[in-house]
Amino acid sequence: MACNGSACQSGCYKKGDELAAPEEGGAAAASNSNSNSSSNGSGNNLCVKCKVKEPFTVAGGGGGEDGRFCAECFRSNLFGKFRHAVTSNAMIGPTDNVLVAFSGGPASRVALQFVHELQYKAQKNFDASRDRSLPVFGVGVAFVDESAAHLPSSDKAMDQAIEDVKSLVLELSPPAKELHHFPIESICSGDSSDQREKLKEVLNAVTDATGKEDFLVHLRMLALQKIASENGYTRVVLGSCTSRIACHVISATVKGRGYSLPADIQYVDARWEAPVVLPLHDCLAQELNMLCHLDGLKTIELPYEPQSTINSLISSFVALLQEENPSRESTIVRTAGKLTPFAFNRIPEINDTNVPLATRRRQKRSSLKLNGSISSESFCPMCYSPLIQSKVQALDTPEASKTNSYIFGSSCCSSCRFQILPQDPLCMEHFYSHLPPPLVARASSGNAHDIRSLREHIQDYLLLDSDNEQ
Amino acid sequence: MEETAAKPRRSGGGGRQCCICHERRPALKRPKTLEQIATFLLRLHEKSCCINRSTEMLALKICRECFYAVFEEEIHQVIVENQLFKPGERIGIGASGGKDSTVLAYVLSELNKRHNYGLDLFLLSVDEGITGYRDDSLETVKRNEVQYGLPLKIVSYKDLYGWTMDEIVKMIGLKNNCTFCGVFRRQALDRGAALLKVDKLATGHNADDIAETVLLNILRGDIASLNHVFTYAYFKKLDYFSTECIYSPNAYRGFAREFIKDLERIRPRAILDIIKSGEDFRIATSTKMPEQGTCERCGYISSQKWCKACVLLEGLNRGMPKLGIGRSRGLNSNQMKTDKPTSRTKSIESKQCGSLDF
Repeated sequence: MACNGSACQSGCYKKGDELAAPEEGGAAAASNSNSNSSSNGSGNNLCVKCKVKEPFTVAGGGGGEDGRFCAECFRSNLFGKFRHAVTSNAMIGPTDNVLVAFSGGPASRVALQFVHELQYKAQKNFDASRDRSLPVFGVGVAFVDESAAHLPSSDKAMDQAIEDVKSLVLELSPPAKELHHFPIESICSGDSSDQREKLKEVLNAVTDATGKEDFLVHLRMLALQKIASENGYTRVVLGSCTSRIACHVISATVKGRGYSLPADIQYVDARWEAPVVLPLHDCLAQELNMLCHLDGLKTIELPYEPQSTINSLISSFVALLQEENPSRESTIVRTAGKLTPFAFNRIPEINDTNVPLATRRRQKRSSLKLNGSISSESFCPMCYSPLIQSKVQALDTPEASKTNSYIFGSSCCSSCRFQILPQDPLCMEHFYSHLPPPLVARASSGNAHDIRSLREHIQDYLLLDSDNEQ
Repeated sequence: MEETAAKPRRSGGGGRQCCICHERRPALKRPKTLEQIATFLLRLHEKSCCINRSTEMLALKICRECFYAVFEEEIHQVIVENQLFKPGERIGIGASGGKDSTVLAYVLSELNKRHNYGLDLFLLSVDEGITGYRDDSLETVKRNEVQYGLPLKIVSYKDLYGWTMDEIVKMIGLKNNCTFCGVFRRQALDRGAALLKVDKLATGHNADDIAETVLLNILRGDIASLNHVFTYAYFKKLDYFSTECIYSPNAYRGFAREFIKDLERIRPRAILDIIKSGEDFRIATSTKMPEQGTCERCGYISSQKWCKACVLLEGLNRGMPKLGIGRSRGLNSNQMKTDKPTSRTKSIESKQCGSLDF
């Protein structure tokens, strides 16, 4: 649909970028509305932000960003979005130990780079400061190796990829970062060949290709949480960008997961022991690609075959829409942003006096409209999505036949029951018996999270010395 | 691509007969909404069920009679479970002459008799004045009036507004014509309904339409209208088919339609899952509809000084076709500045032809 100036209702990229740019990038936003250029960096054009340098162009056209910013301003704009997300959502505090999930792709590469730069600056400030009051947060890198799920046996390309990851992380110092190379089968029980076996069994039991792909994503999160808890990390950083989130909005809708959708698309997801944060939430995939290109940030391609799933259909669909209208991804995310988030969609309040008051204050200030109800959510043990209470199924079979696998299956959400769990009871038994222990444990632990969220809600009413501000 | 599920075990022999009655020869294979039929059959035949719970039941074959029975029963269940009607109500059936509304008219009148709903049914049709498109379908509706014995009322844009769509398009071109048509049609149906003194309006919007609307609203940024998408009666559809209005070649809606078709091929139940998601969306009550007053010019319901139709009409009559199109324009410009995407006025503006919110 062709944009035609004032008649156009679509909120095309000129306006779209205004909304995407953070307050700190306000200069860029203001000058966006003044500039009406849609040209590609020819002759007279100057960078819309600094108005000094010439905008950079990408051969063949880079879409919305092309020909507007010079390289410097582009980079600082992008980093600005990142930093804004981090500070206004209290994502990373000085006492945190941050685990960056690295997939090799451009988004997680940029996430890693930006987190590193943040840490580097903090380290410099620390070294320069006299009283050394603010410690520097720690950073580790997690590489979840899913080759056992995709490749039949050990693969040279994969081995090379892993070596590349190792050297990449080595280069990102000082400060030095530990790399956790975690084969995904390690979340299963037993020794390493047992684990590979179990993983294969459990993946083969899922017949739906989309279900299998999503199941792997759930296992990946389990793996990240395991790394975090075994190594003392307090945050998990994902490189999920606007484009990825837009695809998730559509795919959740299409899978009947409309209720839980807002849980996955906020800046913060504190359902987990180590809360998951999305600092690139407001960055487009295209921008991140461009930055990698500009700055020569090395990405690593993994030798996996692409699968034909609903997820891939949606990626193509969203990419098509984005081509037709460069603000489409942002619009989708913004629309979904109007859905009510959950209580766990913010960093839990800190009452630790060791954490600086400024940090605690900043947290309280972060204004996120949340569902204020105290009633706790119950979660699907498979995907950990919140379940609509009224739809939580009553188990209507006689007690005797309620096997553990039956109980597990009945407490899953309808989407997981359809696309992941085997239909046949025998297959289900087999599947259940091979599930990684953390998944199985979830079904029974159920309300551990609820107590935490309950405490959070009454936090303000508890009388604690640390809350007396002077 | 998905693997197909194992073939279901049958209680009777080779699977040559209709899966339900086991008597007649099957006439249909793989109707699109397999999942619903499967679920419904499950309810009917708990014990002797030849179905496993997977949706890819490629071998399900039904004969024509059972197909009708299943379909009609399904609609009856929707009506009963959602308490859509009360006895004695006058119901207007939005009739375009197309497949969906024809089926709707037929089925409703059948079920009304069979289950004694006690309803007074009427056909209500809108003539937008599009030559070559609307003429044919109106003929169908007139036939329906005779065939089903349902009184018909036709309301035309010409009578209501003094303009046909042909005339409007001639004046404003093909760009915002859908906006006009959508706004006018909504009022036309409401006015027709008022003339007939009906209590409720039934439309033949089907699952695919609703799924598409849910998706389009997300793509467009329109969360508030997701609320009233579900206040309409809807009926499951069996064949995916739609006649495009001749004035709307629209790449945007085309993308969504293609996508839904592809989606349905991979996972048929996705259409219903989209609707389920839409129903489950956590939308804060504050994004609901704004206050309702009346239009100063025509007395119709309006949240602004003038209703949208009057604003657009004024534009047409004054030779200012852009009046009422776009933000902060026209007579209501002061109010419009404070419009949030939640206001009904604006959400109508951004609607395209054929969307649920007529």
